[in-house]
Amino acid sequence: MKRGYWWYLLPIGLGFTAVVAVPFAANVVLSFFRWKGGIAPLHWNGLGNYSDLLHDANFWLSFRNSVFMIVAIVVIPTGLGILLAATLVDYLGKRFGARAASFLRATYYLPQILPIAVAGFIWSWILDPGSGSINTFLRSVGVSDPPDWLGSPNLALYSVMLMLVWLQLGYPLVIFMAALSRVDPELYEAAAIDGAGWWRQFGAITLPTVRPEIFIVVLTATVAALKVFAPILILTGGGPEGSTLVPSYYAYRNFFELSQVGYGSTIATVMSVVIFGVAAVLLGWQRRSERRA
Amino acid sequence: MSMLAAGNRTRRRPLTWVVLVLAGLLALVMSSPFLLMVLNAFKTGADYSSHGPIAWPRSLSLDAFSNYLSLVDFPLALWNSVLISTLVAFGGVALSLLSAYPIGVGRVRGSGLILAVLLLSTMLPHEALIYPLFYGAQATHTFNTVWSVIIVFVVLQGAFGTYLLASLMGTMPKEILEAAAIDGAGRWQILWRIVLPILRPTLSVLIVFFFIWTWNEFYIPVVLLADQSSQTVPIALSTLRGQHSIDITVLNAGSLLSLLPTLVFFLIFQRTLNRGVTAGAVK
Repeated sequence: MKRGYWWYLLPIGLGFTAVVAVPFAANVVLSFFRWKGGIAPLHWNGLGNYSDLLHDANFWLSFRNSVFMIVAIVVIPTGLGILLAATLVDYLGKRFGARAASFLRATYYLPQILPIAVAGFIWSWILDPGSGSINTFLRSVGVSDPPDWLGSPNLALYSVMLMLVWLQLGYPLVIFMAALSRVDPELYEAAAIDGAGWWRQFGAITLPTVRPEIFIVVLTATVAALKVFAPILILTGGGPEGSTLVPSYYAYRNFFELSQVGYGSTIATVMSVVIFGVAAVLLGWQRRSERRA
Repeated sequence: MSMLAAGNRTRRRPLTWVVLVLAGLLALVMSSPFLLMVLNAFKTGADYSSHGPIAWPRSLSLDAFSNYLSLVDFPLALWNSVLISTLVAFGGVALSLLSAYPIGVGRVRGSGLILAVLLLSTMLPHEALIYPLFYGAQATHTFNTVWSVIIVFVVLQGAFGTYLLASLMGTMPKEILEAAAIDGAGRWQILWRIVLPILRPTLSVLIVFFFIWTWNEFYIPVVLLADQSSQTVPIALSTLRGQHSIDITVLNAGSLLSLLPTLVFFLIFQRTLNRGVTAGAVK
């Protein structure tokens, strides 16, 4: 009876095999070889690439930078997104009308629809030390020696983080605003009559309401933060002095610039394991908190 | 509205305005990169170099746009982007519908495992696929053609769509499906005549999302579409960016042109998108 259903899985079965399963398996296999790519010979290296990775300062640096990416893509936008969503929905929206709130929401969301190549170009130009808008503005207000935002090893990582916060903010905001539309407005009114201030209402009504959405946002954004690539390629190329190197860009460099395909595959494999691990931890955390609720 | 609440509101007025001004300032900060881009796309190169990026243009000039169009075959890039995104959007949704049906409605054995594998594959970093895909595209002679990207993204978006649609199909009222089966409808007819019409709103949201996501994709296209003839709008812009001899105003004009199609699309489908973000979040 149920056998007839399998035909429907044939297209995705074939597609998945060709585009995901075989390439991923090939990537794992390649991680055990030294290979320059193309027609160069393959050299079996066993776990050599993996032990090299353990002693590779650049690799550890790239993972340390992933933590900064998580701060910029998960922690700050999610926290700010909840506050902003609550402000727009139950503070400004009530006093200045829903249209004002949705106009502000659309403005904050704008960076999300931008092709990353465009966003990267605009920011590398805005942050340019000589002709960039920020430094032009700083000089016009009398700062004689404005900082080199992307060229200084101490600063570049924070500049990239600034751009990522800008890029990401709209996503949690829109999701949280949608979640808050579930709340019955009378609930807030009742709380206000009982004498609860805005912050009290925020803690007692807003936060519990958006809890399921917080989980979705944290999961998807953490996975995205561990995969950040294009902003690094476009803004800094991992520099200066490796200060903005991330695993994804490090793998790309090994594949396409350094001709160390085996080593690049090793980095990509480890990245996948870390992402799956983090996702599993987050999913487990969600299941536990759902059971408690 | 009670008197108490109304009284409360008047007392808060000054603070309310402060909050509004802060929200407005944040909106200005968030949109300033766009404003700067527009401001500088209409300047001449000489105007830009003598007065800098934050000065008002001395005269409106379209030089930067014509320069960009002479450097990049924009109509071709636009066509590539439209072709890739459209085929991926419809192909991805068709694939999702087909593969979600046996999982959500048929509940074939192993459904849970299939969904878990598909969910994992949406998290997989593209780095872990790229070199074999690059090699495979060369072996199948699809490298540097739009087809390599189309095939890859139909599958990748289809995996996500299957995950989403399967859970929706699982919540469909059994009675309707059973009634159709009793009336003699086969599985294929049930999919087309009953499941598809019920899911149509969700499917249209998915089409819009797949279109925009594919349009903005960067990593896989930048590797698989090395040749100008097959490049998409964002990739054409990013390859030009590396050349230092190019005027900033030209890059601003190019950015503006590259962003316009998504912006127009976004404005047309804003309501659909809002519904989609919500549907995606609550799934």
